[in-house]
Amino acid sequence: MADKKAPLLTVEHLTMRFGGLLAVNDLSMTAYRGDITALIGPNGAGKTTVFNCLTGFYKPTEGRITMHRNDGEDFLLERMDDFRITKNARFARTFQNIRLFGGMTVLENLMIAQHNPLMRASKQTIGGIFGIASFKRAEKEAIERAEYWLEHINLTQRADDAAADLPYGDQRKLEIARAMCTGPELLCLDEPAAGLNPAESEELNKLLLFVRAECDTGILLIEHDMNVVMGISDHIIVLDYGVKIADGTAEEVRSDPKVIAAYLGVEDEEVDAVGHEIEETAAEVRQ
Amino acid sequence: MAEATQTGAAAGGGLDLSEIGKDLAITALLGAALFGSTIAFKTETATGGLSLVLRFESAFFVIAAVVVGRLILLLTVWRRPTGGDRTFVPQALQLRYADFLAKTGKAFVPIVLLFAVVFPFLPFTDRYLLDLGILILTYVMLGWGLNIVVGLAGLLDLGYVAFYAVGAYSYALLAQYFGLSFWICLPLAGILAAFWGIILGFPVLRLRGDYLAIVTLAFGEIIRIVLLNWYNFTGGPDGISGIPRPSFFGIPFKRGEGGFADFFGLDYSSIHRIIFLYFLILILALITNFVTIRLRRLPIGRAWEALREDEIACRSLGLNTTSIKLTAFATGAMFAGFAGSFFATRQGFISPESFTFIESALILAIVVLGGMGSQIGVVIASVAMIGGFEIFREAEQYRMLIFGLAMVMIMIWRPRGLIATREPSIFLKEKKAVSADMVAQGEGH
Ligand SMILES: Nc1ncnc2c1ncn2[C@@H]1O[C@H](COP(=O)(O)OP(=O)(O)O)[C@@H](O)[C@H]1O
Ligand SMILES: [Mg+2]
Repeated sequence: MADKKAPLLTVEHLTMRFGGLLAVNDLSMTAYRGDITALIGPNGAGKTTVFNCLTGFYKPTEGRITMHRNDGEDFLLERMDDFRITKNARFARTFQNIRLFGGMTVLENLMIAQHNPLMRASKQTIGGIFGIASFKRAEKEAIERAEYWLEHINLTQRADDAAADLPYGDQRKLEIARAMCTGPELLCLDEPAAGLNPAESEELNKLLLFVRAECDTGILLIEHDMNVVMGISDHIIVLDYGVKIADGTAEEVRSDPKVIAAYLGVEDEEVDAVGHEIEETAAEVRQ
Repeated sequence: MAEATQTGAAAGGGLDLSEIGKDLAITALLGAALFGSTIAFKTETATGGLSLVLRFESAFFVIAAVVVGRLILLLTVWRRPTGGDRTFVPQALQLRYADFLAKTGKAFVPIVLLFAVVFPFLPFTDRYLLDLGILILTYVMLGWGLNIVVGLAGLLDLGYVAFYAVGAYSYALLAQYFGLSFWICLPLAGILAAFWGIILGFPVLRLRGDYLAIVTLAFGEIIRIVLLNWYNFTGGPDGISGIPRPSFFGIPFKRGEGGFADFFGLDYSSIHRIIFLYFLILILALITNFVTIRLRRLPIGRAWEALREDEIACRSLGLNTTSIKLTAFATGAMFAGFAGSFFATRQGFISPESFTFIESALILAIVVLGGMGSQIGVVIASVAMIGGFEIFREAEQYRMLIFGLAMVMIMIWRPRGLIATREPSIFLKEKKAVSADMVAQGEGH
């Protein structure tokens, strides 16, 4: 594995404006190779917006996003088409609202994620029509890779069922496995634990730790519930009203007063007081 | 309230009479407004101008029929409990039907294929039936071609006939200006149509849903209007006549020395050429089918279906959706081009009139009726539609009415088409059909 503390993704001065709304304000952050980096913040803090900028679904108003691939090549993501970010920069993502190909089987979902290498092997379809040997080999490998991931998410038995037929928790895991099948160097997950029960949540954490340990893939994790990420994150960035308010290890973030104000340990009766505090902090930062 | 009506209905009493009365009154009023003007008054040309004929009786009967019809519907069908599936057929029956289709489907295909092969030699097959067979097979081929675009890739294309026209005119013009033979023009026509598919597709495919449908519709019309107005080149409304007939790989179908009959030591008969045309379109259609089935199992075909399911997810997985859409568009167009050049050589005469929007609509209806993405569904739908048209040829005026009514009934009965289940393109252990309600239909449906 490469040097553990080499940066994998650097974000500099990222700003995203929707009309008058400043959804992300001058965010700079770094995700390191081999780390699980968490981006947390209350609902509406701008986490999904950051994600959409990183993955090319939105064009940021300002800022520079650089992906440093393992082979040393750098990609400036803000200039790339969304599909090229996955294809060339090896940056895969999942969605806050699961987006599987519901009418296709679990196996088919995993095969589509391997579209680009398979297309190459089929000589842009021409060779595939005539069934050339190199394509058959590539297809076999693709199926093996799909089986490998099916085993790790415990879905081998359901490989031939429609994806829409799976229970919610399995759909989440399948979406992650599908993203992994694109062979990413950085995997971005948008609230993967949302809607999962504690047992499923536990399984998810195991899956993420497995990805970090085995696949040489960095993980960027969005979450609004701080407790979910505390156990598994190496590095946490806290976002509030589009502004970065903290950046550090779980311990550092947990004890940061701004984060506590925005987020943690707020008893029901204190909510109002903290609400004021949040506004003040945010106003301060904005100035 | 609604619940009370339902339980009351089950007991056979307690109807909400005032509701029904109100509904019927509105129906009668609407009927009067519509038919009062259109049926009650009729103008007739008489000597010295128009005269007005009053037909209050007819109008009254029509309105009464509408009101009674609505009453019957209110008392029977529309009293079903709300919620559940929207079709009128019970779920259990539908499931049994799907099961039946899945079981018979496998045996069905070889039988249909065998029948199609021996059809020209059956004792009852005459010239008329053979022509009808050719027509049906042409629509099967067009349906299969459009199925790639609409059924697999989920792009609603309302101008498909444009590529059919490009194919037909390619052959006709190449033959007219350069004297090229059918066998050279056939691939050229397909390539040209695919080329036009890409040219038209480039600006269009950025659009989504309904916009795509409207723009493809417009492009279909543009091509037809260009053909109509470019008089010097295409002959405009006069069309192109004297298009060379196909030869049996160089041996012409003619009487006497060197002809097909002479070469094979048969007696000359004009039916030979028709039988040849029949097998030609059968083979072309089967090639379309074979290629489609093959493509579905390749990465490109899977990507088409993924595109229909969720375009954004496709992009997140690194799929270049623009080029995937273009390949679907071009492949569909190519098969339309082949079919078009076949059409030109069969007719010997083409004009823009053969390529109106109604053709696009008919092909689309075949695809939708058959069940989007289903290959055998297209065959059944083509036989039903084109054959049905012929059966009702006598009832000329009511043909469209019957056709429309049948379409509505079938769409109520099976909103996803006759064959609605989807077969997976690849499987690990066991091939399980995916039921229709999970399969997305793509944009603009
Ligand atoms: N496409 C958009 N157009 C306008 N406003 C948007 C858009 N996307 C997000 N926003 C706004 O940006 C803010 C941040 O939203 P989001 O990134 O979804 O928050 P989070 O994911 O942290 O809950 C919200 O106020 C939201 O309304
Ligand atoms: Mg979000």
